[in-house]
Amino acid sequence: MVHHSLSSRQYLILGLVAVCAPLGDSCLSRGMTAVPSISLAHPHELLGSLIAAVFTPWIAAGIALLIGFFASYLTALSWADLTFVLPATAFGNVIVVLLSRFWLHETVSLERWAGIVLITLGVGFVAQGPALTERPAPRAEELRSEEPVATEVRPR
Amino acid sequence: MTIQATSLAMTPNPWVAAVMIAAIVLTSTTGEVLTAAAMKSIGDLDVIRARSGLPGAIRAVVTCPLFFAGVFFLAMAFFSLLFALNHLNLSLVAPASASLMLVTNTIAGKIFLKENVDRRRWAAAGLVCVGVYLLAH
Repeated sequence: MVHHSLSSRQYLILGLVAVCAPLGDSCLSRGMTAVPSISLAHPHELLGSLIAAVFTPWIAAGIALLIGFFASYLTALSWADLTFVLPATAFGNVIVVLLSRFWLHETVSLERWAGIVLITLGVGFVAQGPALTERPAPRAEELRSEEPVATEVRPR
Repeated sequence: MTIQATSLAMTPNPWVAAVMIAAIVLTSTTGEVLTAAAMKSIGDLDVIRARSGLPGAIRAVVTCPLFFAGVFFLAMAFFSLLFALNHLNLSLVAPASASLMLVTNTIAGKIFLKENVDRRRWAAAGLVCVGVYLLAH
């Protein structure tokens, strides 16, 4: 496996993957709790209520962040392995807990601190290794398949 | 009466709960693997964007059938999650599915995507799996 070092731009995209998903979920959660209760009992009002909800600031921000997450996630998957990107996405959970502790001043149990340490260690392990499994380029394979034919033709 | 009905709804047969969580994990893993395979087949999006701009990068993604197959399974995973949350507690569904998904994705990445999952990645998957469980529990 050849070491693929990431550029600062690629680290930025991984950071966006980790940050956008939890922030987007938080915005959606905050927005939906502020919206009046939507009931399935009146289907004709359901669509109107959902469309109206989309245009509230928190939900619009949540949707924008989740679109940002998906775009960053797809970009990351185009140059890194799935088994490299997934632990990075899990780091978002750590960000949420840290925000809830230092911004919202919530109490974080010892179990959760242990979880933060384990996830951080796991992400650190993966980040030190190669981002992408090395595979032979298609052109190299073609050349290799052509090689035996070339060696069979010997000058007389 | 309503409270009893609710508490009964939140404690179904353990096998039924296991099937619901397995459905989330399997559909999600299938979706992730198909999406990852689609992005690998498309190539580096940064390079495509530099060559043919953002519209070119978007065109490359939305003309890939594997990508839509992946999105279909991710949507199935989302609806499986909603269905499970209708019958099970969030405190059970969230940590169980999030932790198991890391393990199944690592196995699927090795088998189907032929990724080189070395000891470092196995260790990371294990640590993150336990960490997510502790955070969400």
